[in-house]
Amino acid sequence: MRMMIILPFIGIIERETTMNVQKKISLKDRYRILTRGLDWETSYQPMGKVFPDVGFEGIKIRNWDDFNDPFRLTMDAYWRFQAEKERKLYAVLDSFSQNNGQTAITDGRYVNTLKLFLTGISPDEYMAHRGFAHVGRQIPNAGLRISAQMQALDELRHAQTQIHTIGQYNKHFSGLHSFRRMHDRVWYLSVPKSFFDDAVTAGPFEYMVAIGFSFEYVLTNLLFVPFMSGAAYNGDMATVTFGFSAQSDEARHMTLGLEAIKFILEQHEDNVPIVQHWIDKWFWRGYRVLTLVAMMMDFMLPRRIMSWKDAWDIYFNDAGGALFGDLARYGITLPKYVDVPAKEVNRLSTEAWSIFYQYTHAAAFHTWLPTDQEMDWLSASYGPDWDRLYRPRFLHWRQMEKEGHRYYNNALPQLCQVCQIPMAFTEPDDPTRVAFRDTVYRGERYHFCSDGCKNIFDHEPEKYVQAWLPVHQIFQGNCGGASLDQVLDWYGIEKGVDNMDYAGSPDERTWKEWEAMRGRVAG
Amino acid sequence: MTIDIKTQVIQPKRQTFKHVADRLGGDRAASRYEEATFDLQPDVNFHYRPLWAPQFEQFDRRRTAIVMRDWYDLKDPRQYYYATYNIARARQQEAADSAMEMVERRRLLDVIPADWLETVRFCLLPLRHYEWGANLNNAAITAFGWGAALTAASCFAMGDRLGMAQLLGRIGLLLGGNTETALIAAKTRWVEDPAWQGLRRMVEDSFVTEDIFELFVAQNMAMDAMVLGLVHDHFGAECDRRGATAIPLLLGFAAEWREDNARWVDHVVRVAAAEGPENRALISRWAADWSARAADALAPVATHVLGTAGGARAMEDLGGRFAERMVRLGLA
Ligand SMILES: [Fe+2]
Ligand SMILES: [Fe+2]
Repeated sequence: MRMMIILPFIGIIERETTMNVQKKISLKDRYRILTRGLDWETSYQPMGKVFPDVGFEGIKIRNWDDFNDPFRLTMDAYWRFQAEKERKLYAVLDSFSQNNGQTAITDGRYVNTLKLFLTGISPDEYMAHRGFAHVGRQIPNAGLRISAQMQALDELRHAQTQIHTIGQYNKHFSGLHSFRRMHDRVWYLSVPKSFFDDAVTAGPFEYMVAIGFSFEYVLTNLLFVPFMSGAAYNGDMATVTFGFSAQSDEARHMTLGLEAIKFILEQHEDNVPIVQHWIDKWFWRGYRVLTLVAMMMDFMLPRRIMSWKDAWDIYFNDAGGALFGDLARYGITLPKYVDVPAKEVNRLSTEAWSIFYQYTHAAAFHTWLPTDQEMDWLSASYGPDWDRLYRPRFLHWRQMEKEGHRYYNNALPQLCQVCQIPMAFTEPDDPTRVAFRDTVYRGERYHFCSDGCKNIFDHEPEKYVQAWLPVHQIFQGNCGGASLDQVLDWYGIEKGVDNMDYAGSPDERTWKEWEAMRGRVAG
Repeated sequence: MTIDIKTQVIQPKRQTFKHVADRLGGDRAASRYEEATFDLQPDVNFHYRPLWAPQFEQFDRRRTAIVMRDWYDLKDPRQYYYATYNIARARQQEAADSAMEMVERRRLLDVIPADWLETVRFCLLPLRHYEWGANLNNAAITAFGWGAALTAASCFAMGDRLGMAQLLGRIGLLLGGNTETALIAAKTRWVEDPAWQGLRRMVEDSFVTEDIFELFVAQNMAMDAMVLGLVHDHFGAECDRRGATAIPLLLGFAAEWREDNARWVDHVVRVAAAEGPENRALISRWAADWSARAADALAPVATHVLGTAGGARAMEDLGGRFAERMVRLGLA
């Protein structure tokens, strides 16, 4: 049949064949043709109306075509790579659930780090997805737009795979069941929530600097490495697998963040001070969110990986130092207040864990006092000052527990207007004095935990006065009622199950039952 | 050490998350789609108004005139979450790659008459810019839409449309004898050729459409019905008639994808319209307006490909089928 069709067109075949000098197109050209060639300059609608959000931040772009695509991924390759990773990940998740992998963790307390992660971080992965969709709609350059769109897809992946991974723990442990509801309501979760709300409501360039650069490039190792290594050290194979699987996405995201910031800086010298302020702002904002990670590393992991201090040294001082050396040629300097984390590095996690210990009744995870051995580890990590200043505090609380008067703080704390952490951080140069800063704006006084947060507020007061501060909201009657019980109901926290100390919790009972089973199997 | 399930039974305390159980009407085993989708978008206590749109909240139901009691009624009938989406597309792409490989290896393009090949270049290749526009519009729906059920699926559609644009780009490379020539010519046509300006104008108008559900209807239902209908049904059939079977072969993935996507689009439209008479009236008007415009815009392309009478017949057929589809989806 085919021959009959072909025969009448012999002449044409020959002509076409001679035209078809089968040149090989380089991968680089192929990418340029298939992606960069898609854009056109609109004329029936002005470009300014089609891409309305790229102008207002004051960033000047001389030539969009200067953007260098770091990956040159076409969609077919994206599908192929990502599908392969997902096949492997879900195979592990399936077998984890069939084999009750959750019983292999070091201790029931470990699950509390997953509670922090699922309620605090996974919803932010979702926000990153929406934020990159906005950038992926707004940037008038095919290369950057596609990179942002692929990151929008990736971040949806992270949110969804984390839900599926930690979902297995939700079947057996408390505090995970209402992670979505909690993220939007619970007092300490407004720290990561406001962080991402802040980024997503910023313009597309600030978002790229905030999330693409400051978060993905400068701080992401301090977030994911501790959680994923913590999982590895504590027998959580599901989370480890997810972490490994996300690593190649993260590598892509970091590269994009760096390329994007270099592009912005190279386009116009007027961009430098704008970007510098964003770097200052998002460094500090990110660092404050990492408080939760510091606490997780130093107090919550049954088997520690390294101290917060070591992590800061390795992942910020060493890696970050080299990075900012690289950016110096654009006139970019280390972020403002970069010296403060080092000053508070010995106490950050302790101050944070102390807050949660006192407010355990209002938390969606369990707390406990460090054992003697754990306190020895803390003093070895943080030096004699730790023993002098903090060991007595924990010993005192331990004594109170023994006497049947466990200490609860029933006063609602004042929150920092910017980072929203209770005002419990001490002065960088004096660990015995709580730091307070304030600004009067339009006749109202606003409070901050630090110079870093005050600096952020003072640049954009009209943005930060809008903050949904959990404690204010309770006072205003917007959180289910005035009593703790009512507020906890509204948070979605199951009283006596999700909150309070690990000792005596249903989680602890579950864990002990499994240990007993293990004993019987072994015995 | 894990506990050996052969000897021990561990009873879970709950089957799924509470917000998922609430939607399922009880604590039951939920699908991965349900767990990965329900209530994923934050809906209360936003901290700041967007600097780029202070009249709206960060996510805002007022981005459209469509009102839903529950935006999670707009589920994806394909139940795509990230993993199943990518695995499905990777599989389809693999088939598309082998089709392309076969066309090259057996030189199937060589049998196509030169004049028809030129028609193929004329009518197929500029559409990669149409797909690119569809990518942009689905990015907008993902950024500004309400509820993860709609916006996760639109994010996948965003990726799909880039994939389709690049599929057409690869076909363009083949049709340009492995050079960029045909694609450069196609872009010039898209930007300058009078036959294409109606469609380009409509696409650019869609970019500035503010109501996000109108944009959904305009792009994913109305314009797609006309454009993709003309390509896959009429133009594809004409290719077969002219011995250019390689073209429908190369477009196999796109045709299959179109069916898959339409399942989602139809479901969303049907459910949103069934919500109440106001929704139905709005969606009906949008569907009718944008499809009529699309038909006008495409007429010169149809004529170019199928001749005056053939083009008119094709557009009439597409219009008729669109009217039937509207009835099927409960639109007036
Ligand atoms: Fe992520
Ligand atoms: Fe603060």
